[in-house]
Amino acid sequence: MSQLTNAQVTHLPVAAGQVGRLSQALMAMVLGVFIVGVVGFSHIDVIHNAAHDVRHSNAFPCH
Amino acid sequence: MGTFRSIVFSSVIAGFIVGLIVTVAQQFGTVPLILKAEVFEKAAETHQHEHDSAAAPQAAAAGHDHAGHSHADHDHGAAGWEPREGLERNAYTAVANVLTAIGFALLLAGFFAVRSGATGESISWHEGLLWGLAGFAVFTIAPGLGLPPELPGVPTAPLLSRQIWWLAAVLATAAGLALIVFRRTVPAAIAGVILLTLPHLIGAPELQHVETNVPSSLSHQFMVAVTLTSLVFWSLLGSLTSTIFARFDRNADRPA
Repeated sequence: MSQLTNAQVTHLPVAAGQVGRLSQALMAMVLGVFIVGVVGFSHIDVIHNAAHDVRHSNAFPCH
Repeated sequence: MGTFRSIVFSSVIAGFIVGLIVTVAQQFGTVPLILKAEVFEKAAETHQHEHDSAAAPQAAAAGHDHAGHSHADHDHGAAGWEPREGLERNAYTAVANVLTAIGFALLLAGFFAVRSGATGESISWHEGLLWGLAGFAVFTIAPGLGLPPELPGVPTAPLLSRQIWWLAAVLATAAGLALIVFRRTVPAAIAGVILLTLPHLIGAPELQHVETNVPSSLSHQFMVAVTLTSLVFWSLLGSLTSTIFARFDRNADRPA
């Protein structure tokens, strides 16, 4: 992915800056959704039991 | 990777603070109600077990006292690790709260980065607060209309079907709000309102008959407690994440 960004920087510096920012933001957002997904929605028993009260308190579907 | 680093740093800091504050708020709001409901839940399970063992004494004698357990995917009576009551349980709650807050902060800060990249201005705490309130609407109000915050011991439709509806309601609400806020045209507004309504017209999965010994007054108190703590969570998370992100982003070497 960094190769792609570098290639774009050479040709279109301004647009590439935006693309870099967008792709980095998207990466962070995917990471965030992944964390919330594991803590709040994973069907694995151990995770469910550890995060039980949080799932109920956040009104995530539980049990 | 300046932007990514700014997003992660600000999300971790804001998530830590908000997660801990919300853990304290839950100790007064939601957790006492969960514990009360579990008393009813355990009483119902014990009753169920007595019933089972009376009906099938051989199974109980063979040690299969969970064989007749009415909800197999329900972990409270079943084997499997659970945190010990008291400090250990609350410590795991705190960790889960911090992780959830960091996760949602990453989502918010991602939007802040895109927005401030497009406008050229750094995000203000006030704009962050509005994003936080949007998160409250998307992740608490919209799914909560169809699937009200549930207490342990209240029977519900199968988990996966509720998770799918929850996700659909979140996505439709987010898309609807985005159309209304960012497009500012009549067709987009109409499409936005339709998207906001659609998940509720389809309806959340629910059971035909709900029998529970958890009092409905307890369930109502829990709904209020969840909504209020969630409002605190999202307002704090929006304003704090935006403030910290704006500071990191200003100092970071921005690409191009």
